[in-house]
Amino acid sequence: MMDLVELTAAQAAAAIGRGDLAARELFDFYRDRAAADELNAFTWVAQESPEAGDGPLGGVPLAVKDLFCTAGVPSQSGSRILEGYRPPYTATVVERLARAGAPLLAKTNQDEFAMGSSTENSGFGPTLNPWDRTRVPGGSSGGSAAAVAAGLAPWAIGTDTGGSIRQPAALCGIVGLKPTYGAVSRYGMIAFASSLDQAGPLTRDVSDAALLLMQMVGARDPRDATSLDYPGSVSLPARTDLHGIRLGVPTELSSDGIEPGVLGAFAASLELARQLGASVETCQLPHAAHALAAYYVLAPAEASSNLARFDGVRYGLRAQDATDLLDMYTRTRHDGFGAEVKRRIMLGTYALSSGYYEAYYGRAQRVRTLIARDFAATFEHFDFVVTPTAPGVAFELGAKTADPYAMYLNDICTVPASLAGIPAISIPNGMAAPPGGGKSLPVGLQLIGPAFSEDRLLSAAFALEQALGFDGRAARR
Amino acid sequence: MSELEAVIGLEIHTQLKTRTKMFCGCELSFGEPPNTRTCPVCLGLPGALPVANARAIHFALMIGLALGCEVAPRSIFHRKNYFYPDLPKGYQISQYDEPICSGGELAGVRLHRVHLEEDAAKLIHVGESGRIHGSQRSVVDFNRGGTPLVEIVTEPELRSPGHAREWLTLLRATLRSLGVSDVNMEEGSLRADANVSLRPVGTSVLGTKTELKNMNSFRFIERGIAAEIERQRQIIESGGAVEQETLHFDPSSGRLSSLRSKEEAEDYRYFPEPDLIPIATTDEMVSAARADIGELPLDRAKRFEADLGLNADGARNLAFRGELGDYFERVLGSTGAEHAVAVANWIGQLVARIGDADPADTNVTPQAFGALVMLVGSRAVSGAAAREVLDVLVAEGGDPQAIIDARGLGSLSRKDGDLATIVARAIAADPSASERVRAGNDKAIGALVGAVMRETRGRADGAEVTRLIHEQLAT
Repeated sequence: MMDLVELTAAQAAAAIGRGDLAARELFDFYRDRAAADELNAFTWVAQESPEAGDGPLGGVPLAVKDLFCTAGVPSQSGSRILEGYRPPYTATVVERLARAGAPLLAKTNQDEFAMGSSTENSGFGPTLNPWDRTRVPGGSSGGSAAAVAAGLAPWAIGTDTGGSIRQPAALCGIVGLKPTYGAVSRYGMIAFASSLDQAGPLTRDVSDAALLLMQMVGARDPRDATSLDYPGSVSLPARTDLHGIRLGVPTELSSDGIEPGVLGAFAASLELARQLGASVETCQLPHAAHALAAYYVLAPAEASSNLARFDGVRYGLRAQDATDLLDMYTRTRHDGFGAEVKRRIMLGTYALSSGYYEAYYGRAQRVRTLIARDFAATFEHFDFVVTPTAPGVAFELGAKTADPYAMYLNDICTVPASLAGIPAISIPNGMAAPPGGGKSLPVGLQLIGPAFSEDRLLSAAFALEQALGFDGRAARR
Repeated sequence: MSELEAVIGLEIHTQLKTRTKMFCGCELSFGEPPNTRTCPVCLGLPGALPVANARAIHFALMIGLALGCEVAPRSIFHRKNYFYPDLPKGYQISQYDEPICSGGELAGVRLHRVHLEEDAAKLIHVGESGRIHGSQRSVVDFNRGGTPLVEIVTEPELRSPGHAREWLTLLRATLRSLGVSDVNMEEGSLRADANVSLRPVGTSVLGTKTELKNMNSFRFIERGIAAEIERQRQIIESGGAVEQETLHFDPSSGRLSSLRSKEEAEDYRYFPEPDLIPIATTDEMVSAARADIGELPLDRAKRFEADLGLNADGARNLAFRGELGDYFERVLGSTGAEHAVAVANWIGQLVARIGDADPADTNVTPQAFGALVMLVGSRAVSGAAAREVLDVLVAEGGDPQAIIDARGLGSLSRKDGDLATIVARAIAADPSASERVRAGNDKAIGALVGAVMRETRGRADGAEVTRLIHEQLAT
């Protein structure tokens, strides 16, 4: 008898392919686990097993972040303003994955409109970290990360704007990959910051990430003008050494403000990389120090506009008994949006205001260009840039909710790649104790590569993963 | 106080007649039931994304090239942010500081820019106010939302309400000749706003301007601007200062009312639309747009003048109302170009009867019209009788010869003994005039000709009558 929860998605797909496992059996197994979820990882779980797909993904069911539109299924982006909203259409990437054999298992909890690093900003309650239920799973794709880590779903997709796939993957001890901007269609993703949002896999291991990503990229989506024909291909990684790989360690992203336990795990992994044949040198990203500031101008600016459509006129919440149009708008948005969303709408509206545009938005755009150039210059000498994924391990629920800036600092290592539009992966990098002591929690290692280097990135991540040998079973019990 | 002159600029929105909307695949709507031409994109549903319509870009390039604009090799879309129920995304996708075309000139008026954007949806207010404030209920029809629009902005170089109207007429004809828009003001496929300010003659500083919104006919534009000039003149001459505001002209009362003041002006928070990629205009795109531009009204007027012998005003009257020019050329197809001047004159008569309507939409077929002009030319029918025939053609249609026969409107000529008899009666009835004509006073013949014309209800040929009078008085 197979222990289904211990199969990776690739292993499950292979078992289905061999006829050792029925896709329906696997679906029902996970449907039951998801329905019994105690982490609040889901906002909706399928009742019926959909017809088993016979595509390359073998019928292994998929958990999908709430903000992907799924026809007839609640798609609320973690917000009360969209409570119960069931869109008439399905996001391109969800459709592609279903066609490839990954049917929809569940929708996962998230920070409201993907704004947050802990999933505490969800309008539907926080998700708990399966390693320690007093702690957050990270965010904003915290539901997807927790579900995969806890074995409530074989694999999941999320979205990453400034780290929303990579940081929760790190905090939950799984793999999370943010692809090159434009590689995956954004059609049907409820937008946070359009120039940064990108869908990607959250999986138990690197092979699963490669398997899922293969089906997410490909021909450009004619419904997303910013999507691109994916040059080259993504293959299943097999390489177990790092000979000839040059890793750059940016001093700017691997020292200040990072917990000692995380730094210790990072240093150990760099040593391991050397043993696998990689060269490890420091590199410079001189403008990375300004990345977070630029990000918190650009992302809220776009969000302030993207979220204007939630006005109570056509769908979602509408305040009742409004006295006039302005009152209806004001009360709908007052009641429907949470505090963090309101904060970012205010920040973004201010940054775009007449007279302030150049000082904020214009300057932030220039910083963005400079950061992209920093990476381009670095990749002339290095194959990948390596950093810790998050500056710390999972923190306690409520620990940072009163201090937005402390929360924003969670993204300090992930935001630069987002601004540059380049791919980055987070893999489990062992465990470390939180600063105050206590039981050890997962740590993430981030590898950043040039645009469209996903295949090489996965290959290097795979070699490190094999050598690191992370054991995630504890979270699945 | 020195004399004041008006400075007028126009902002024109024209709906493009592409098959589909600006940023989605919905077909354009022409009176379909409300909200039947919609999709997630033009309804602004969460997660939906815009994709720019290549045909609309092609049309915008045609307009820009026809107006002599410079085409930008790279232009981008911006978001114009404001809340209104007819704007489902909470922003309009428009162009801001990098429009697709800029500069250019039409008939001596320079253009500032030409850019692409999307139309808003249509709001219908239930209740007496007719506006969103005070209405019992407002409903939205999203069929129009997302229709491609080209906005054309002039420099403030129009000098009078009449000039504005005349220039706009030419612009409309130009757009019409390109086949890119229905350019119908009543139906809203052509809309114009005017910026108006006054300044002392001889100065070049612009005064405070006001904006007149959405006047929906050429006549209202002329009257609206005239009313606003007068309003500003009174303010300035009584020592006041014009305030920057947006005004609405009510054609029924002739009154201007304020829509919003400068303080109430919105901050649109323009920023580059991250969901769209820049428009990279290639040489091939420009060549293709240029190839689709046919004869423009200014060139057509020149041709009518040079090749067909029309005078300048006559040529412009036909060329600047493209539908008249088209009709004119169709009539010439049956009469031959040698009758161009007569046909042009008779189209003046037709316009007097059908107003702003397109003659192609009336009962008067080009063949019937041409036949009538030929009958006049061959003196088979007099001018006055032909005008009566034209009345019948406009009212009922039909064949001019049949109308003439049925109503007895044919010319009375020498061959008809009747005409000689009528002339003889007129001479007998007015001996004094007859005597003066006989004495060599040619002016006196008018009374006799007039009498014959009254008697024949205009069916007689004037020259023939004159000859007959001279003949009979000489014997």
